[in-house]
Amino acid sequence: MNWLSDFVRPKIKKTAQKEIADDLWLKCPHCGKLLFTKELKKTWYVCPECDHHLRLYLNKRLKMLFDNGVYTEVALPQPPEDPLKFKDSKRYTDRLKAYRKATGNEDAIKVAKGTVGGVKCVIAALDFSFMGGSMGMAVGEGIVKAAEIAVKSKIPLITVSNSGGARMQEGILSLMQMARTASAVNYVKENGLPFISIMTDPTTGGVSASFAMLGDIHIAEKGCLIGFAGPRVIEQTIREKLPDGFQRAEYLREHGMVDIVVHRSEMKNKLAMILNLLMSNTDNNSESKATKTKKQA
Amino acid sequence: MSETKTVLDFEKKIIEIEERIKTVSALAKDSDVNIDKELNRLQLKLEKQIKMSYTNLSPWQRVQIARHPGRPQCLDYVKALIEDFVPLCGDRVFADDPTMIGGIGRYHGISVVVIGQEKGTDLETRVKYNFGMAKPEGYRKAQRLMDLADKFNMPVICFVDTDGAYPGIESEARGQAEAIASSIQKCLQIHVPLISVVIGMGGSGGAIAIATANRILMLENSIYSVISPEGCASILWRSADKAKDAAEALKLTAQDLKTLGVIDEIVTEPIGGAHRDTMATMEKVDEAIYRHLQELMQLGRDELKKQRNEKIYEMGHHINFEEIKG
Ligand SMILES: [Zn+2]
Ligand SMILES: [Zn+2]
Repeated sequence: MNWLSDFVRPKIKKTAQKEIADDLWLKCPHCGKLLFTKELKKTWYVCPECDHHLRLYLNKRLKMLFDNGVYTEVALPQPPEDPLKFKDSKRYTDRLKAYRKATGNEDAIKVAKGTVGGVKCVIAALDFSFMGGSMGMAVGEGIVKAAEIAVKSKIPLITVSNSGGARMQEGILSLMQMARTASAVNYVKENGLPFISIMTDPTTGGVSASFAMLGDIHIAEKGCLIGFAGPRVIEQTIREKLPDGFQRAEYLREHGMVDIVVHRSEMKNKLAMILNLLMSNTDNNSESKATKTKKQA
Repeated sequence: MSETKTVLDFEKKIIEIEERIKTVSALAKDSDVNIDKELNRLQLKLEKQIKMSYTNLSPWQRVQIARHPGRPQCLDYVKALIEDFVPLCGDRVFADDPTMIGGIGRYHGISVVVIGQEKGTDLETRVKYNFGMAKPEGYRKAQRLMDLADKFNMPVICFVDTDGAYPGIESEARGQAEAIASSIQKCLQIHVPLISVVIGMGGSGGAIAIATANRILMLENSIYSVISPEGCASILWRSADKAKDAAEALKLTAQDLKTLGVIDEIVTEPIGGAHRDTMATMEKVDEAIYRHLQELMQLGRDELKKQRNEKIYEMGHHINFEEIKG
């Protein structure tokens, strides 16, 4: 029995690359309509026909969240590559090379600083198009680095999960990232800073069972898959078809695991509002109204 | 222990000799023939065979030993090592999870909290313990008991033995992911010594939820992995038959994990595996836990928490990669 969902499969690669390649048009995986990429860009890749949220590539996600689309990317420490010297039908190092070429990124995470709704913050965002967004040592390093920045600069930490789970090819060291990232976000919270976890399609396995579920506030994107075990694994275990809407964002909210389910078009505004509300009474924000009131009193 | 004796492939020769000894002994009872010489010869042969079968075990063979139904389980350790054990029940939210054993007791005179998964030894108990796969209420029970330990300054000893957390509709409905995440977080928050011993199967998230410890020990033939060899094989090799290859590639044995710096100590098992000599196994595990506990009890409350968090931060950063075979 395992909790790794079936998302960390190389066959996903093709569709992922299509998204990156900025083809002229895309087919909505939900309603099947052919959509012009140019049009999709205007809606942050939400299907104008059926409102399905297509996968949003990492850079676009960051652009969408930060004020005016402006942010500074943080250089991440490079962990040892292929620690287990892992090989199945392909060498892990070859897979890494292929994904680096396809995505132009070193691994499945980016960390960036900027402001959201005028509040300085750090965002660590995962990228499903890089090996299913799977969490190995590199993703772990990214979350740890983002948490360190948050504490050092006394700013909120936001993570955007987009991952099928642990990176099998890094074996036990990928499992250990669950504890490392849990420790990192706990460090942020213990320093009185907000940690906001945003979940997008999908957020499962080792990512959902670690930092993603430890936020002060959980925001999920409409209709996204969130769970511990992948639907396939569950179906195989219980030998039953899963109910409609099972493990979707709305289901998670109903079951008390998510605070807010948002449409992609509202995500940035909702995040900005929450950050402003959380930061205005704390000591961390020296310009906050509460401090000013105290000074006046 | 189990209703039908499990014989592993590579143990067949051992079992043959054991059967022969039984037959010869039975014969001796019914006749006056002196068979001491023959018995001695067989006994020596048996010892030789066990030694031979149990040297240079492959990762896949260790997986099989780790899953052996006759292997001592959590409750065997509790019975052997903990006095005045008081089992405690419930997560105070939804239910009690029988899989997650939890309670307070005395270990070498020290009040401790014990947590661990029980798999069951026959069909009836296996069903009762859900084959060692805990549900969210199990992980919430673990958190509740860790809070109790923190409050009353009691060290926590965890016996890890699970194929993984239970993947089912009810698990998802009650937030298995959150329960595991919070259990890991709780491990990192408490201010008392936390020692985890992987006694059989260290199955991914379901295991690390109670194994984010100050000291992580593994029995010689236990395994600890991000995914089961079968699961890994069916995803990466597209065939569950390749589990043997996956077991090699995943580096999931105690020996591999020691090299990778993930665990602190390998507890040696009696020759022939823990399932061949429960008492001897208990003695070795007891010696190791007590030694680590004494060391940890020298540390202050905040130091204990800090050590645990720093340990996990450093993990994977000091590997001697030359020692790892591809
Ligand atoms: Zn559509
Ligand atoms: Zn403290």
